[in-house]
Amino acid sequence: MAKVPVQFTLNGSEKAEFVESGATLLDVLRDKIGDTSPKAGCRQGTCGSCSVIVDGELRLSCLTLAETCEGASIVTTAGLAEGGVLHPLQRAFMDAFATQCGFCTPGMIMAAKALLDRNPDPSRDEVVEAIAGNICRCTGYEPIIEAVLSAARSNSISAA
Amino acid sequence: MAEGTAPISPEGAAIGRPIARDDGVAKVTGRARYAADCRPPGLLHAVIAPSRIARGRVTAFDLDAAMAEPGVVAVMTPANRPPLAEDPDAKTAPIVFRLDLLQDDRIRYAGQPVAVVIGETLEAAEEGAFRLAPAYAAEPALVDIDAAEPFVPETVGLGAPVERRRGDVEAALATAAHRVQRRYETAAQVHNPLEPHAVVAVWEGDRLWVDTPSQNVARAQRRIAGLLGLPPDHVHIRSPFVGGGFGAKAFPAGPQVLGILAARLVGRPVKLVLSRAQMFGAVGHRAPTRQTLRLGLADDGTIAALAHHARVASSRFDDFFEPAAALSGGVYAAGAVETTHEAVRLDIATPVVMRGPGEATGSLALECAIDEAAAELGLDPLAFRRLNHADTEPISGRPFSSKALRACYDAGAARFGWAGRPLAPRSLSDSDGRLVGLGIGTAVFPSMMFQAEARALLRADGAAIVELGAHEIGQGAATALRQIAADALGLPLSAVTLRTGASDLPDAGGAAGSSHTATAGSAIHAAGTALVARLAALATADPASPLHGAGNAVLFAADGALHAGDGRRDPHAAVLARAGLGAIEARGAAAPDRAARASHAMAAHGAVFAEVAVDPDLGAIRVTRLVGAFAAGRIVNPRLARSQLVGGMIWGLSLALHEAAQFDPATGAIANADLGAYRIPVHADLPFVEALLVAEEDTLVNPLGVKGVGEIGITGTAGAVANAVWHATGVRIRRFPIRIEDLALAMPGREKEDDA
Amino acid sequence: MRRFAYLRPARLEEALAAAAEPETAWLAGGTNLVELMKRGVARPARLVDLAGLEDLATITPLAAGGLSIGAAVRNADLARHPVILRDAPILAEAVLSAAAPQIRNRATTAGNLLQAPRCAGFLDPGAACNRRAAGSGCAARGGDGRDAAVLGATEACIAVHPSDLAVPLVALDARLRVAGRDGERTIALGTLYGADGASTLPPGELVRAVLLPAEAAGFAGHARYLKLRERTSFAFALVSAAAALRIAGGRIVAARVALGGVAPRPWRPAEAEAVLAGAVPTDALFRAAADAALAAARPIAENGFKIELARRVLVRALTLALRGTPARVPALAASPFAPAGEGARHG
Repeated sequence: MAKVPVQFTLNGSEKAEFVESGATLLDVLRDKIGDTSPKAGCRQGTCGSCSVIVDGELRLSCLTLAETCEGASIVTTAGLAEGGVLHPLQRAFMDAFATQCGFCTPGMIMAAKALLDRNPDPSRDEVVEAIAGNICRCTGYEPIIEAVLSAARSNSISAA
Repeated sequence: MAEGTAPISPEGAAIGRPIARDDGVAKVTGRARYAADCRPPGLLHAVIAPSRIARGRVTAFDLDAAMAEPGVVAVMTPANRPPLAEDPDAKTAPIVFRLDLLQDDRIRYAGQPVAVVIGETLEAAEEGAFRLAPAYAAEPALVDIDAAEPFVPETVGLGAPVERRRGDVEAALATAAHRVQRRYETAAQVHNPLEPHAVVAVWEGDRLWVDTPSQNVARAQRRIAGLLGLPPDHVHIRSPFVGGGFGAKAFPAGPQVLGILAARLVGRPVKLVLSRAQMFGAVGHRAPTRQTLRLGLADDGTIAALAHHARVASSRFDDFFEPAAALSGGVYAAGAVETTHEAVRLDIATPVVMRGPGEATGSLALECAIDEAAAELGLDPLAFRRLNHADTEPISGRPFSSKALRACYDAGAARFGWAGRPLAPRSLSDSDGRLVGLGIGTAVFPSMMFQAEARALLRADGAAIVELGAHEIGQGAATALRQIAADALGLPLSAVTLRTGASDLPDAGGAAGSSHTATAGSAIHAAGTALVARLAALATADPASPLHGAGNAVLFAADGALHAGDGRRDPHAAVLARAGLGAIEARGAAAPDRAARASHAMAAHGAVFAEVAVDPDLGAIRVTRLVGAFAAGRIVNPRLARSQLVGGMIWGLSLALHEAAQFDPATGAIANADLGAYRIPVHADLPFVEALLVAEEDTLVNPLGVKGVGEIGITGTAGAVANAVWHATGVRIRRFPIRIEDLALAMPGREKEDDA
Repeated sequence: MRRFAYLRPARLEEALAAAAEPETAWLAGGTNLVELMKRGVARPARLVDLAGLEDLATITPLAAGGLSIGAAVRNADLARHPVILRDAPILAEAVLSAAAPQIRNRATTAGNLLQAPRCAGFLDPGAACNRRAAGSGCAARGGDGRDAAVLGATEACIAVHPSDLAVPLVALDARLRVAGRDGERTIALGTLYGADGASTLPPGELVRAVLLPAEAAGFAGHARYLKLRERTSFAFALVSAAAALRIAGGRIVAARVALGGVAPRPWRPAEAEAVLAGAVPTDALFRAAADAALAAARPIAENGFKIELARRVLVRALTLALRGTPARVPALAASPFAPAGEGARHG
């Protein structure tokens, strides 16, 4: 069966790829485009490490068939820093020691970004809920919560 | 630290500071390159076809169907697997595990690789593996630890004694005023680092480049070189970032070697990444245990006898016996103490070290039994633990090199608010009617150390590069070791670059046994010491140096300069410049001090306090507070150390309440082999977890005075949680993880009470 | 996974025509289907993506009262829709207790109702499973049976239905609007599930909407979903219960009850509702209702505990429902540890 052409925007850049039948967005991002920031922790929708934002919505790229992404706008952790300046969430994750092995980090940051994009001033419970689909096996959850809350605070300060 | 033995600046300019992680930017931007992120040109994708049966033979493959899938390049089976120089079942070194590398058609556990399918794309390889549809001749498999015939293995763990005794336990039990005998069960667990095992293998003639996550690149290099018949230096292993290991990456696993063999077979670079289901197969697990504790107690509350017996499971074809009882020789004072093991062989993959191997499950049983003994005597469980504090190591009588456990009890109890805890269980409840309980456990983990080497290079500009094959597996080694290097060289942190994570670098030992900072750090310390000594020799011999004529011994390095006690100084760069040297290099090695270790017991200690709330009808448990206080010698970076301790504590909580790999008795396979059904906690399951660092000085454990913090958190915690559940409910559950139904049905339903 | 043809029709007629071909699967959120395809459990030759069919994703009032919830309404959208929160907040509580945020962002209403069992035998394409291949046997019967059904299990299948959302929907007498090439029909949600829990819809038919009857809103003030699970996120129910009461004059005018995690399909114990109807609510009454609900329960193997746990969960759900629906869905939705006493909004 022939490969299928798919076009979408990745972190603001137009991408056009021929994808295999059955290829997931995760595989296309990682293997074809070379954006390896989404991680393949389980490839079956149970760990959150492949999370990306598609058309403004947090998605599991491992359960998203690439063919369904025609025309979509996709954001990954690799696209967050602008002009070498870290995104406030990235900064906050560093400052709060919210990374350990780092494998869950890009997915966590995406989950946090999706939250802050629609709720710039979340409660602690809302942050906990927002990362409830992201497993951290080093179990550094608490610093992650702190980082997200801290990024939200710094955003509101800079917006003020 | 004894004075005058080391050129570390007296204050420890870098050691002890909570500096941010060196790998922070790489990790938050997604640029950190894990093995599976590598994409060499011409890369093919390989997929393992795992066995669905646990015992028997593969009788056929549908090779035609697999090869007919467009994009499939090759199928590797025992028939065409490239030859090996060593039998993968041969014990070629003291600590080496048998590997399944398609040596024959025999199946010895579910999930064993039976073939490897290589494709132009991952999708093609996966579909090819599906179509391969192996046929089996299955034989009855046994996976039930309670149903197998036990035997006494020669050793447990990685060469530890299977039995240890001090005093006559049976006699002491016979005459004890009170006796407590309890049996505890723990489930099999699976490491499940979030990064699955992956290998990207590139052959260039008889040289091999391997990107793969490893907790011990030197060991992996030796093993792979041996299997392939290559000189070790022809095998280049790169492992700059490891997405968690927890023991699963301490030894090279079969699938990693299969990826290398697949690349050999097809003559192209190959990437092989395990699926999450395959992470429950050939890469090790924590064995289930059955543990019996027998305690004899005197009327004054002292422990007269303590016997800990563990039954553990291993595979039919190799030996790893979880040393579950061993730690009980070192925790509580007892008139007589013994630790013994028996084992069974099952049709399962060989278990392997997993965070706190033996200590985790053993501590859980011990801490529960100690709590049950305190209850038997009507004593506060903390008071009972204090009363039986081991001033010397009970099993050996050796003094401890340092032990600040009492201070941990004090600090933890104060922070947690232990005082005033009612003695009787089922005494507390919250405003929603939930039963509240408070529990404690003692944490302990041996302070191990292994051999390591490092080299340091000081450049003319005063900057240094320190190199060793150390491992950043998330614990922060890259950062902490650079802090040690900076102090050893007397340089500001900004002037020190650390290179780790490759087998081409000096062997730094493994990131295992909570020993990495001690081991690799001591090697760095030695290399730095040697380099500073060379520098000092240059300076003191140089008439142009302000330090000319000063004795080496009174010099120390700090802030990028050599200093004499009288205030004279000479910058590193100036010393080199005057000597006309572009750089100087020194190597250092570290090894455990055998004499000190023969005369002293060495361990980190801690006290963990847990509060739980239990729904009285439904049995649902929430841990609402968790406080640990730990003394682990010198702390190199307190933030990193706390991350390790908190992570370990959450593993302990999970051991008590969440994680169990369920072997299906019918198929022998793990029935819940995914992260949906194998329930690693999410943050919503967890309380605020606090780890306090208790000051402790240790001049014997190693030149740096550091103990490990990677594993101790899991000990103590699991028992503290279980003890809190008992205190909340009055129900003692001895099968772990505690299941909702076991607790709920053991409690009378509140409605039923109303009827009474 | 098997290679497939991907179609994304813009009109319902095209979609139904495309789905008439053999070996075709509807693709909605894909959170269940793509996982099953990766496992090799589902191997469709064609996928018909519903994303192009706009009207499937809306929630609209029905002329005769009640609501039409489009089949492709995402779980996350359902859980925050103001009309749902007003008329059927129990649906939000059930949906938010399920899966994880990323999944709820994609998973759809109909997809949730039609999701496959989580039985290890079903999920292993190499294992015997009557549900996947009729007559092949049941690998789960050799297992420990902890997760198996205690109500309504058949010789062929002992798996439980995994949906949370289906439990309150069945309790509230939801119906389905189903489209086929021969036109549309409506069926009771309960009849969607065969004895083994599998869909009774003929191949090629499509659920267009879930219809919530007008009477459902009458229960909004006293309706709770309670789920006993072993992780606060991404865990299926060990047992769960939906309890909805209509209260007037200190009596239960009407009761709607359903159980999850105990049967091959969402289980509606009419016996329990009969006990409750017309009675003055007391602990004893709730216990009697729970006893009636579980009277026919039989353990398969090591799962006898489920019967007692289900009784207790149902008693608690009824107790919480009597107390009143909280003003907001709690942070730990459907958990016994959700903050209680936020005040009954509907009185």
